[in-house]
Amino acid sequence: MLKTLLRPFIAKSSGDFARLGVLLALAGLILFGALRYDNFISPFNILSFLRYNSMFALIALGMAFVIITGGIDLSVGGVAAMASVVAAYLSPYGWVPGLAGGMAAGLIAGSINGLIITRMRIQPFIATLAMMLAAYGTALLLANNQSVSVSYDTGFTTIGQDDFLGFPIPAWIAALAYVLGWIFLERHPAGRHVLAIGDGEATANLMGLKVEKTLFAVYALSGLLAGLAGVILASQFGAGQPTEGVGWELFAIASVVVGGTLLTGGSGSVGATLAGALLLAMVFNILNFENGLGWISLSAYWQSVIRGAFLLVVVVLQARLMKKTEA
Amino acid sequence: MTTIDTSAPGERPVRPNMAQFLSRYGTFAAFILLVLFNLIVTPNFLSWQTLNVNLTQVATIVIVAVGMTLVIATGGIDLSVGSLMAIAGTAAPMIFMGTLLPIENMGVLVILSFILPVLLVMAFGWFNGVLVTRFSIQPIIATLVLFIAGRGIAQVATNGNLQVFKNPDFQFIAMGRIAGIPAQVIIMIIVAVLAHCLIRYTVIGRQIIAVGGNEKAARLTGIPVRRVKTFVYIVSGALAGIAGLIVVARNSASDANLVGLGMELDAIAAVAVGGSLLTGGRANIIGTVLGAFVIQLVRYTLLANGVPDAAALIVKAGLIVIAVFIQQRAKG
Repeated sequence: MLKTLLRPFIAKSSGDFARLGVLLALAGLILFGALRYDNFISPFNILSFLRYNSMFALIALGMAFVIITGGIDLSVGGVAAMASVVAAYLSPYGWVPGLAGGMAAGLIAGSINGLIITRMRIQPFIATLAMMLAAYGTALLLANNQSVSVSYDTGFTTIGQDDFLGFPIPAWIAALAYVLGWIFLERHPAGRHVLAIGDGEATANLMGLKVEKTLFAVYALSGLLAGLAGVILASQFGAGQPTEGVGWELFAIASVVVGGTLLTGGSGSVGATLAGALLLAMVFNILNFENGLGWISLSAYWQSVIRGAFLLVVVVLQARLMKKTEA
Repeated sequence: MTTIDTSAPGERPVRPNMAQFLSRYGTFAAFILLVLFNLIVTPNFLSWQTLNVNLTQVATIVIVAVGMTLVIATGGIDLSVGSLMAIAGTAAPMIFMGTLLPIENMGVLVILSFILPVLLVMAFGWFNGVLVTRFSIQPIIATLVLFIAGRGIAQVATNGNLQVFKNPDFQFIAMGRIAGIPAQVIIMIIVAVLAHCLIRYTVIGRQIIAVGGNEKAARLTGIPVRRVKTFVYIVSGALAGIAGLIVVARNSASDANLVGLGMELDAIAAVAVGGSLLTGGRANIIGTVLGAFVIQLVRYTLLANGVPDAAALIVKAGLIVIAVFIQQRAKG
């Protein structure tokens, strides 16, 4: 029993080493936080941690699928911003139109990405970089360069602000998405296709897999999840924000990479992505505590430096491990 | 450029020719069309004022895009150029305002404020190169690190505050004129000509193309692939640094949050619109310059005719996709 449990972590592939590392680091950080700060394990900190970081976890999930196919989606931040504006505009008509509208906006943007990548054969990073521009442009146009207040009467804010069975609703949404994602990737044949495509598109094609359809689906899914994150954003902060989401794509990419998914595609896991997202979020949670205690003065600007440094360390480690496993 | 459609599949053998034609002459045709359109529609288009605005706006795009062309020619990409602009642009005022170095002589400080920031971002370019060559990290990811962290470094250095200054000596790089031509336009011309000559007439120029065309073959023929690749990232960093200095000198202010924001896209777009393949093996500096002019003219046309900035973003996105599509078709 113990051996089977530990098996993924003692296998000799690079991804598994990284996965063990990320779990150990996560456990270490939680232990560190719990010992150092009185309120770290308090319900308030845990719940607000979950509430706030669920958006990023959702985006990281979509990004994991994209990266496993060997692609990248740089548009998620822009798409989330656009979806938050759409959701805010629809929120007076009820929470269902708000939710559905935001998700639809994300799905449309993701589908356009998928079409450009599969039909026009344009590299994913160019296609999604262009979509990032277009999505921010659309969001600013729709919102007239301002943030759009949501309606507080129709239950729309429930999505982002309320709890269900003691846990924030965004956390439930993220948990459900991760369970579905895990089932899909590791237990469903189509999930194998995603992995196979990342391993080698030509081979997957020869095997008769529906490469184009799968790739399209992956980008559409990433857009859909970004749209959902945008809905939560609007609901949580009470406004659709056309300039929000800058740097979200990097958070998502960093989470996926920290989780041990290879940027070259072909391997990766849903669970490890969640661990990666939690780890990154935990670092900032702890830094906030440090900041609150007044020992270091941590401006928001440090966050991007730290995030970049994190990404750097992980990709360098990944590159070394890959070289070793190849040798 | 809107005439390309994906009509009947039966036309397949014909389409590559069409794409090749567009790839070769499309940018120039688009440029002429934009000029004609503006002559008819935009009021006061034919004035020194307009020419001046467009030339000074395009100068920084051209300078950065030339470096991007070299990087892309080796099969790489440099997403960090905008952040490097911000780093150089924030470092320069800190130097000549005397907050960084204990030097009293203003002349020395101004000279140092041209040199040190560019050296600094060249070091960052070298860092990009090392990640790509020594650690074999994909260029998108390697340069993504500084894309994120670079702007953060500039923001941390200034605590996100705006640095306002007035220093005619330093600002000569943007405001000055030599024989009536803006200094930044002269820098742009020098950079483009040097890069064109580098590609055409030097050994390293040919090595850059060879590395991008077929890296393995290049290595087997004895080309120092690593050195060539590191070189292009350093050049790209240096040019981004110069562009950063120009931008802050032009604005009389340095804002770490805004300097060079989105420049990586403009530069990549200029390269793609200008006819270089994004997969490497080709470098068309004249095309890149023309591509930058087309992008600038599109933006100017939209803004001058009252189209909101946000809509201009969407048009730019479409332009990038169409340009890349045509280049790929032309090759295939």
